[in-house]
Amino acid sequence: MEYEQVASISQVAALIFFIVLFAGVVIYAFWPGNKKRFDEAAKLPLEDDPESDKGKDG
Amino acid sequence: MAAKTQRDEWKALSDFLAIGAAAFLVILGLVLAIAGEDPVMKFHGCLLLGASGIALLYILTQFVEGREPADTRGYADGVVRAGVIATVFWGIAGFIVGDVIAWQLAFPALNFDLPWTSFGRLRPLHTSAVIFAFGGNALIATSFYVVQRTCRARLAGKWSPWFVFWGYQLFIVLAATGYLLGVTQSKEYAEPEWYVDLWLTIVWVVYLLVFLATLAKRKEPHVYVANWFYLAFIVTVAMLHIVNNLAVPVSLLGTQSVILYAGVQDAMTQWWYGHNAVGFFLTAGFLGMMYYFVPKRAERPIYSYRLSVVHFWSLIFIYIWAGPHHLHYTALPDWAQTLGMTFSIILWMPSWGGMINGLMTLSGAWDKLRTDPVIRMLIVAVAFYGMSTFEGPLMSIKSVNSLSHYTDWTIGHVHSGALGWVAFISFGALYCLVPWLWHRKALYSQRLVEWHFWISTLGIVLYITSMWVSGILQGLMWRAYNSLGFLEYSFVETVEAMHPFYIIRAIGGLLFVLGAFVMAYNLWRTARGDQPVDATDQPSVAAAPEFRPGEYTAPAE
Amino acid sequence: MSWGKHDVLEKSPMLMLVGILIVVSIGGLIEIAPLFWLKSTVEKVQGMRPYSPLELTGRNIYIREGCYVCHSQMIRSLRDEVERYGHYSLAAESMYDHPFQWGSKRTGPDLARVGGKYSNEWHRAHMINPRSVVPESIMPGYPYLAERELDYENIQGVLKANAAVGVPYTEEMIESAKADLEAQAGNDAGDVEALLARYPKAQTGPFDGNSEKITELDALIAYMQMLGTLVDFASFDEAGPNLR
Repeated sequence: MEYEQVASISQVAALIFFIVLFAGVVIYAFWPGNKKRFDEAAKLPLEDDPESDKGKDG
Repeated sequence: MAAKTQRDEWKALSDFLAIGAAAFLVILGLVLAIAGEDPVMKFHGCLLLGASGIALLYILTQFVEGREPADTRGYADGVVRAGVIATVFWGIAGFIVGDVIAWQLAFPALNFDLPWTSFGRLRPLHTSAVIFAFGGNALIATSFYVVQRTCRARLAGKWSPWFVFWGYQLFIVLAATGYLLGVTQSKEYAEPEWYVDLWLTIVWVVYLLVFLATLAKRKEPHVYVANWFYLAFIVTVAMLHIVNNLAVPVSLLGTQSVILYAGVQDAMTQWWYGHNAVGFFLTAGFLGMMYYFVPKRAERPIYSYRLSVVHFWSLIFIYIWAGPHHLHYTALPDWAQTLGMTFSIILWMPSWGGMINGLMTLSGAWDKLRTDPVIRMLIVAVAFYGMSTFEGPLMSIKSVNSLSHYTDWTIGHVHSGALGWVAFISFGALYCLVPWLWHRKALYSQRLVEWHFWISTLGIVLYITSMWVSGILQGLMWRAYNSLGFLEYSFVETVEAMHPFYIIRAIGGLLFVLGAFVMAYNLWRTARGDQPVDATDQPSVAAAPEFRPGEYTAPAE
Repeated sequence: MSWGKHDVLEKSPMLMLVGILIVVSIGGLIEIAPLFWLKSTVEKVQGMRPYSPLELTGRNIYIREGCYVCHSQMIRSLRDEVERYGHYSLAAESMYDHPFQWGSKRTGPDLARVGGKYSNEWHRAHMINPRSVVPESIMPGYPYLAERELDYENIQGVLKANAAVGVPYTEEMIESAKADLEAQAGNDAGDVEALLARYPKAQTGPFDGNSEKITELDALIAYMQMLGTLVDFASFDEAGPNLR
């Protein structure tokens, strides 16, 4: 196969592959069922657990 | 009872492992100190011997006296505190060396014509000190803090976190003294020689294991997004470091080695590494920092968790391709250059995804920018991140790059990222962490944070504007033709034209150093427990968790 | 529950680790791996040879002093660069460079073809005090290079390590490394003919004007004087099978 052939095939294949991959990530991020989980996770840094924060001198 | 015995057995095992490892390193250091084939290897053998000897004695005394480390309950914060101190120390050291070499470019007499004070050896010292010593310690310290808080779990391992910390400091000292004594493999940002690379690999793998093990024992179902970024940073840096540094040592007892790759393949490997040192060390790692400290300080969740999912995967996927834009119009094949340029331009999008997510976290609370200089520092860092991730794709376009490459424009671009983004987000995190870690009710002085912020911002502005002018000016002078069709300027005329901008840049750097000293003073007074001078002006989140009124609400069942 | 699988990814650090590794490997594999097997990456040219022992030692001093920090060795295929520095650099010209020295910044000029442009005397004066020959220069001075005796005890080991990573040093070259180094540095008893047979176009010293001892400056100037001089451009086919 010539370089040009390899290049054109791989370019199209890569384009399709990346679009599918990106679409997958976007669908996952916007899937309605995931909303609750994301909201919970987003609050993680705001909830410090005072029990594990105490008694840790040294 | 059975569980307790098993736990004791594990502890004894970890003590024995620690003693064994330290004893092995003592012997190795002794061998290198005695049989090393060149003076630097002997010297580094002595350093290893000293460091591991102290470690061995300390572990042994702890073991013999049956003492437990002081903080066995709750979070392991001792190592985080050590990391905070190291961050401030190495930051100031790295900034000072940077300013010294800036003055050297304006006044070459400052090189003193001695081997260990010349620009060529101090420049790698500066870049490694700020990237790996300052940035690396900031990342290790904050990642250890964040992973414990967001997992509600104590850091895994008894000795391992401390090995990561002290092992990393030893790496810094070996690399830095090596540069000054002329031991380098000349790959930018990967200058340490083969044996220092091996040592860093060991430290880094333990770091990865500590991080993973802590994630594994978390009490939360979710792995918070900050930890994804930290994890991507740790594992990708490991991959980059190992592949780029593959080398054949001339002798196992000598410092010198020969890199496995040659010429064009080596160039591609190096800039695949080099650009992703930016992408994963200086971006992904510090984005992890942003995803914890901006929401925490603003006291509101991140703007869009969905956006963080999309931009995380896009960022790490796309960044890895961007390296060839350092090699436009060189002997690298065109197809690789084109790929590098394309992905560099696409990279603009996920980068700005992160910026928008950070900035918009403040939506509805923009007044905090006025009242809280710490959050202002964090947010201005994100703004600088946005600016330099716009400038980067622009400079990766071949026609722009033909002008900007090899000039000071690149240096200015790097520093808008390094000073504006990396250093400011770290400063913001440090201002948060010191009262939290040392159990203080507030920072010693919020006014000093204001001073630090404005002095450093002015320094950055002087730095990047002077480098824009000098870079573009020099690029244009190199390609200027006179009316007869000859090159208009000799090379040295373009060097002469840089002089005023080099002075402005060095003044900007000096301001940045001054700001860092103000910060160090403020943090020291805070840690010491001095009465804050303006505690009432500070937000309640500035205080350590136990001093915050009514902040904790139990999650609903 | 296909989307539940992502939940697993997000909740399992090990899976996430593997996912990250796969994602960050793709770009590097596609950009780096082909460079090793696409024959068009490195042009076929006449004249390239491994560095002579003295040149290689000089190159290591160039690396030690961090010269690459301010000087590139890569002339881009742009009109002004070709007119200022000479023919654009070929991949073949750095095929024996472990590691490459293309550089990333030109605080000083490009050095890819500095060989033969200045005399040995000029280089000596310039290295000892750059401002004695270029008053506006901001380069550090390296006076100690002219005083330090060159340490070439382990030159055979250095050649062997280079051979191990693919530089075509022969047994004969490794065995005669010391003799070749001394001959090139200007030792009267040296066999220059044998040196030239092994390393065509090698220039002989003393480069630092002092035949009493072999200094680090000898080695560094020997290296600089050969930079960019090896390829025979008369026989180079620009339209040949390369993709640039």
